[in-house]
This record gives sequence, structure tokens and C-alpha cells, in this order.
Amino acid sequence: MNTAETPSILASERVIRPRHGLVAVDFGELWRYRELFVFLAWRDILVRYKQTYIGFAWALLQPLMMTVVSTFVFGRIAKMPSGNVPYSMMIYTALLPWLFFANTMTRSSNSLVTSANMISKVYFPRLIIPASAVLGGVVDFGVGLLILAAMMMIFHIQVTLMLLLLPLFFLMALLAAFSMGLWLSALNVKYRDVGYLVPFMVQIGAYVSPVFYMTGMVPEKWRFWYTLNPLCGVIDGFRWCVLGPAFEPYWPGFFAGLTLVLVLLVTGAIHFRSTEKTFADVI
Amino acid sequence: MPVVISVRGVGKKYRLGATLGNDTLRDHLAQAVGALFGKKNQTEKADESFWALKDVSFDVKQGEIVGVIGRNGAGKSTLLKILSQITEPTEGEIHIKGRMASLLEVGTGFHPELSGRENIFLNGAILGMSQTEIKKKFDEIVAFAEVEKFLDTPVKRYSSGMYVRLAFAVAAHLEPEILVVDEVLAVGDASFQKKCLGKMQDVAQRQGRTVLFVSHNMVAMKSLCTHAILLEKGRMIENGEVEPIINSYLQKASENVWQRNFTNQAEAPGNEKVRFKSICLVPDLKAGETQPTPETPLRVECEFWNSLPDASINLSMSVETRGECVFVSASTPALLNPGQYAGVCQIPGNLLNDGVYTISMQLTKDRSVPLFKFADALTFEVVESRRDFHWHGKWRGVVRPNLEWQYPK
Repeated sequence: MNTAETPSILASERVIRPRHGLVAVDFGELWRYRELFVFLAWRDILVRYKQTYIGFAWALLQPLMMTVVSTFVFGRIAKMPSGNVPYSMMIYTALLPWLFFANTMTRSSNSLVTSANMISKVYFPRLIIPASAVLGGVVDFGVGLLILAAMMMIFHIQVTLMLLLLPLFFLMALLAAFSMGLWLSALNVKYRDVGYLVPFMVQIGAYVSPVFYMTGMVPEKWRFWYTLNPLCGVIDGFRWCVLGPAFEPYWPGFFAGLTLVLVLLVTGAIHFRSTEKTFADVI
Repeated sequence: MPVVISVRGVGKKYRLGATLGNDTLRDHLAQAVGALFGKKNQTEKADESFWALKDVSFDVKQGEIVGVIGRNGAGKSTLLKILSQITEPTEGEIHIKGRMASLLEVGTGFHPELSGRENIFLNGAILGMSQTEIKKKFDEIVAFAEVEKFLDTPVKRYSSGMYVRLAFAVAAHLEPEILVVDEVLAVGDASFQKKCLGKMQDVAQRQGRTVLFVSHNMVAMKSLCTHAILLEKGRMIENGEVEPIINSYLQKASENVWQRNFTNQAEAPGNEKVRFKSICLVPDLKAGETQPTPETPLRVECEFWNSLPDASINLSMSVETRGECVFVSASTPALLNPGQYAGVCQIPGNLLNDGVYTISMQLTKDRSVPLFKFADALTFEVVESRRDFHWHGKWRGVVRPNLEWQYPK
């Protein structure tokens, strides 16, 4: 339009116009906003235990209490089998990824609605909000790992090279939580039903995933359909890495579950991007 | 100067009714099920839409300070939201050259539980500053906000003044090439407002940045802006020099009712005892003024019909602003017989503050029995005129008397 502009101004020309149809993820823009992404996660973590008396110890207490109570109820009273490992060890290797998934998915699903004010006042890539909620959960998971290490020492669980695979299964749990977060947070903006649906999903999920029992107890004929649940693959993976080959995942189901996560992730991201233009109007 | 913002035919349509807000999944499921069985979409008739903004086109050149003027609901905020990419236009196109930051609210993303220091970093990041940039300006921000002592206190324990100062300080240290600002000057105390205005002027004039600015404060607009855009009902009706646009806005904006006349006695407001014929406001305007200022003396003239024989009747007037009564003034009673009468009341200059006032008139018998009250008969606006103070905010108070001072003594 004008030849007098400096190159730096020209370089950052931006066009705002209505977008229609499906919208792809703008990775370049996400990269430019990486600091905000970290800051929001940091704020979530900082705020979560502010003005609590025991502070960060809550991150320890929740999985510990659940392990103690479920060991007593399912292990001692119901006498559920746990293979050749202590029942509490079997429970905890499942609770660690399960609680991460459940808490992170819940926070991520609510993240847009709780950030309504920011969404209607400032622009930044909206994807950062559910993503930073997931990142915030990683810290709690780190605390949970400390408990795992302590329990492995107490119960003399042998440390093997298999533990090196643990991060891969953790990554799968993270992607599962994020993909659900993408779908549910975007839907939550328009349909507040999601706020009621999520706690319900988490409750049911703890029973349809092998949290309090072993996958091996599920009848053979249902095995594939049962293990389609990606969290089943994650939990089996964790047990396999920590407790040994007796807990090896059922691989056909595992990979089907992994594919499901990836499909949810890609469709979730596209759905999110395609609806984000209306967030500020309907939130 | 090159054009840095170019807006072409921008419009924004909002849908009204059931589809806006937190509609539930049920409605949509019911609709989908209905559609399966060939039922017509039921929300179609409820699907009313309105254009919050329509056919808006303008250019902003580098270094200009453009004021966006308009009444509530004229589309100012929608325009800023579209420019800031918070919401998407329904039609049209905008080209923006340069790094842009928008400030639609001070303290967006501030978390009450976090300390001042933590919030500076967080808010800076939300506004698009990099961490190194914030670190570099940290001391400057803290000094500007005057909160050194409370840096490590959670902001929920801040006074509202401190909170706002800190929030504005972060925003004021943004260094975008284009800045979009909405009404943030309506905050803080006098000296801080002055500081903010100075900062904005500095940003625009010395550093050659472009500013787009929305405010209801015409005095600030006049002193800050070089250009203005006037919006009315979503359309841009004027675009150009700031002074003439502000004047035409002020003329249009006031919903002034300075006169109520009723020629037909039977239909005039009142009852079988008394009826009002006319009430009017006659401001003693100086040459060039179109609206009263706080200094303007006002005269309220009133005519009424009385049907009561031999009655002691007095007129009284109440002046209200923002739903609060400023004062009530009553005449002495007079002994009247059926017929037409008139009364005049003088409101001296240097009494009312700037703002919108309404006048109600009442007729009372025997100083105790109300005969009829003509509520909210007149509405008028007293506009700011002051030029001799370096203070651009609203002068507080319902009245602004010119009291006698002996100073220095």
C-alpha cells in the first residue's frame, strides 16, 4: 500500500477476516506464546495450594489415602488377588497414572470456563489454556513418583531397565488427558452439561479401568474390547514397567487404544480451533 | 505516514434469543431428533440477529491517536474486540501492520492469591511481553505503580487503588507499535490519572506509536486524540478531526428533554384537580455553547391548570441524578381559583456537577396534600467545560458549588 514502511512492520502484517470451516493448528503462533503457556501452568500450580495449611502435601496425601483405603477394602476385606506383588503396590501403580489422568482431564475440561474473563479481554492462542492445565498436572505426577520410589524401597521391588519405558506410558496418559481436555473444554464453553458429565465419567472410569484389580481378571472373550480403553493400556504399562512381565499389556488392545487417543487428539484440536472464534461470544 | 490499520467493510452479527448463552445439550439433541423425524427447526423463528457493527471502514496511519466515540451500544467495544482478535468479524477484512497490544481492561488475569511481583510477570505475559522484557522493566513498573513495599503481598490484600495502579503500570510499559485502549482511564485517583494520560501521550507523540482509544471522557479525548471515529448503532457516521466530531456527538448524544407542552387540557398530565400545561428548561447559555455547563444558570418555567376553588397551592421541584435526589425546592403557597397559572424557578450557576439530571415537578395543597407529581418531566445534561485543571476524570460529587476560599491566607 505504501512504500515508506520499514521492513519490520511489513514483516508482521496480520489479516483479520472471518474464517469458515475447519481450522488447522497454528504451531508458529503457539511457539511465540510458549512463555504464556508456562506462566499459566505455573500460576495454576502456585494457586492450587495457596492458603492451605499443609500446602503441597495435599499432592501426596490424596494418592496415599486412596491407596491405604482401597488396600484395606479391596485387598483385606474383599481379598482381591494381586498376583505375586503386594496389593497396595498393584493399586498404587494404577492410581499414579489414573489420578493424573482424572485430575488433569477434569481441570483441562473446566479450564476455558474458569478463564472466561481472560478470553473475553485478551487475545492469545486459546489452545494454551487447556494445555497449561495439563502441564500443571505434571507437577503433581512428579510428587506421585516420589511416593512410588519410596514404596518400591519399602516392598523391595527390584529396579529394572524396564522403568525407562515408564515415560512412554506417561506420555500416553498425558495425551489421553489432553485430547479429552481439548474436546470437553471447547464443548463446555457452549454446553455447561460437561461440568456435570466429567466427574461422572471419572467415577465410572475408575471402575472400567483396571485401577483396583488386574486386567487378567477380565474374561478372555472381552479382552480386546476391554483394553480398547486407552487408560487400561496406560495402567498395564505402568504395572509392566514397575512390577514385571506378569503384567504385560495386551498389545492388540493397547495399540488400538493408542490409535484412539491419537484420533481424539487430532479431531479435538481441529474441533477446538474451529469453534474457538465463538468462545468470546458465548462464554 | 504509512497506514497501519486498514478496516474494510467490517460487520459483526450477534444472534439473539435462545441460541446465545449457555444453551444446553438437550436443546440441540431435541432439535437433532426432531430433524430426524422431519420436524422443522424450531429455533428458526427465535433466531433473531442484530448487527452490532456494520459496514465499518477506516484507515489509521502510523503515529495517530484515534478516539472511538459513541453511545453505549454503538459498537465501540465490539470494534475493539474484533481489532484485538478476541472475537471474529462476521464479514469484512482488517489489515494490521505491526505488533499490536490491546488493553480492554486493566489487570486481566491478575490472580488475587498471587503477590504483586508474581502478578506483574503473569499479567505481562498475558499482555504479550516476553519474560526478558518484563525483567528489564520490572523496577520501572514497580516505581510507576508506587507499590514497592507490597511487592510480596497477595494482591487480594491490596487497596483497590493500589491494585489498579499496579495493573495499569504493567500495561503502560507495554511497547507495542499499535495500542488499543478501552476506558482504562476511568480508574485511579487524580494524580495517577494524570500520570497515565501523560504516559499515553508520551507513547504516542514521542515514540511514534499508534493508539486507538475508547472513552466516554470527552475532555481526555480532546486533549489526547488527533482523529476520531463516531459510531452510531453499529455504523460509522463520522471520521476525521477530533473537535468537530466530539461537538456533533455531544449534540446528538444527549437525550435531552428541555420542554414538555400539552395544548389539550383533557390529555395533559394530572388529574381532575390540577393538570400541567408545560414545563421547560431555559439555560442561560453563553455564545457557542449548546448545553449547560456547571457554571450555567438555569431557569425552569412551568404552567398549569387548576380546577380547585379557593385552594392554597404551592409548586415544588426535585432534581435527581443517577436515581438520587440532589435537592427539593418549594415555592411559597398562593391562594388560587380555577384557571391557568405559571411559575418560574431559578437554579443558579455553579451548583450542579457534570452529569445527567432529571426534574420532577409537583403541586401540593395546604403545604401537605400532594395533588399531582409530574415525575421525570425534564432531562438535561450538564457537560464538562473546565480547561484550567490538569485533571481529566469525573469531578466527584452530586453538586459542585463554587465556594468562597481564602487562600493563601
